[in-house]
Amino acid sequence: MVEAIEVHKSFGHVEVLRGIDMTVMPGEVACVIGPSGSGKSTFLRCINHLERIDAGAMRVSGQLIGYRESGGKLHELRESEVARQRRDIGMVFQRFNLFPHKTAAENVMEAPRTVRREPKRQARERAMTLLDRVGLSEKYDSYPSQLSGGQQQRVAIARALAMNPRLMLFDEPTSALDPELVGEVLDVMRGLARDGMTMIVVTHEMGFAREVGDTLVFMDEGRIVEAGDPRQVLTNPRQQRTQAFLSKVL
Amino acid sequence: MTTSSPVDTTRRPRPIKAVPVRHPGRWLAVAVLAVLAAMFVNTILTNPGFRWRVVGEYLFSPPVLNGLSNTLVLTVLSMAIGIVGGIGLAIMRLSPNPVLSSVSAVYIWLFRGTPLIAQLLFWNFLAALYPRLALGIPFGPEFISFDTNQLINQFAACLLGLGLNEAAYMAEIVRGGLQSVDHGQSEAAGALGMSRAQTLRRIVLPQAMRVIIPPTGNETISMLKTTSLVVVIGYFELLTSVQRIYSTNFQTIPLLIVAAAWYLALTSLLSIGQGFIERHYGRGTSRGPTGSRLLSWRAPEQAR
Repeated sequence: MVEAIEVHKSFGHVEVLRGIDMTVMPGEVACVIGPSGSGKSTFLRCINHLERIDAGAMRVSGQLIGYRESGGKLHELRESEVARQRRDIGMVFQRFNLFPHKTAAENVMEAPRTVRREPKRQARERAMTLLDRVGLSEKYDSYPSQLSGGQQQRVAIARALAMNPRLMLFDEPTSALDPELVGEVLDVMRGLARDGMTMIVVTHEMGFAREVGDTLVFMDEGRIVEAGDPRQVLTNPRQQRTQAFLSKVL
Repeated sequence: MTTSSPVDTTRRPRPIKAVPVRHPGRWLAVAVLAVLAAMFVNTILTNPGFRWRVVGEYLFSPPVLNGLSNTLVLTVLSMAIGIVGGIGLAIMRLSPNPVLSSVSAVYIWLFRGTPLIAQLLFWNFLAALYPRLALGIPFGPEFISFDTNQLINQFAACLLGLGLNEAAYMAEIVRGGLQSVDHGQSEAAGALGMSRAQTLRRIVLPQAMRVIIPPTGNETISMLKTTSLVVVIGYFELLTSVQRIYSTNFQTIPLLIVAAAWYLALTSLLSIGQGFIERHYGRGTSRGPTGSRLLSWRAPEQAR
């Protein structure tokens, strides 16, 4: 589903990703952990081309992201082509990034309406189904400012699901939440995983990674230090760097 | 020892009745202001120099209403040119294309950096520079050509001068608004597969409007009065009409009051309109619209 080969990325002189190789199979849930500044969020943002990679290759469903290969040369994709690739990849942000001038239902309807030109009634019915699914049947017409952090993040998940993505990216989805609200968001994500969604989750929730994740990836200083079965990596890390990190967070 | 459980509402202590702090300074200020206001009203009513009868006579007279309608038409059209042009210039200014961005920057530099009067005169005397204007292939044949003086009459010169100048100011207001919207909004829209144009129109611009509208209201009110500058190229509007009248009958003060009253009335109307627009774009913000205080008579506690 996702295939990253030797992905490099620099911001100015700072090399944030120094060769990331990673493969995620359809239906797999991959959790990415690591200290802040390790490049895990940047890597996630490279998958849907919010950041362009400097070297290497990123493929989603076999398709090169951000570029087209023809005649042995790489061509940059046009804006509309990038947009088309992104439709199949849902993303959930740490700070929710809901559209504050639109209600919960309108947030979910926005992309189906503008991108896929769905009729309003159909988009609204689908939005209601999705909001029901994340447990927000009462909140269709609430504005984001009237919702708690956990509710906002669940709307954001519904909004990403509205485009029927084949892959969901989660960028620290619970890091901006009050501790008692983390559970409701993780429950929704757990449900998604159970339904077979392919997910890449950058997180600090070790419990979630252990319980739901199929793979756990530990990143540090722009490299993957260790990857494998979550229970294995969490309880029996092979690398010293992983041990040091886990001893601080567990 | 007695402990009161937090759910026990029957045994609430009695509400506090305390003597409020006195504010003698406030009362003094109120007294002073009341006296001044009384003096003001008194002089308005008793000073014969105001000539209220003359004010009433000219308030709805045809030349004044003529001028008023010119003021309105010039304001509305110039602001329309200014707003549309300003949005275009702001988008160009923020474009990743350096040519578009610089062209916009130079435009803003030029039109904000030269006096409006000079710009009005320039458009009026364009014929001195280019006697004929033509449509055709650059450096090639012409298809149609016009006499500049016929194409750009006084009215058109007014619109060009006021509108193109306003566009430069509006560009900076719109740019400020667009930049005030969190970058995460465009990212979220982009991640959903929306194009840059869709993101701008559906997500960024509506949120930027909250920041754009109050200064735009300012600009409109200012434009209402700036239109009086068209006198330099011989066009007329409210203030010019009034001046023409008092230069013949010497009723200067009453006629200036006529003009002032109309300007005040129009400004009030605009403020009310602005309040409605602000309420519309304030949707979803936890703090309601903070429009004109004159319009909200509710107590501040109710307004939260």
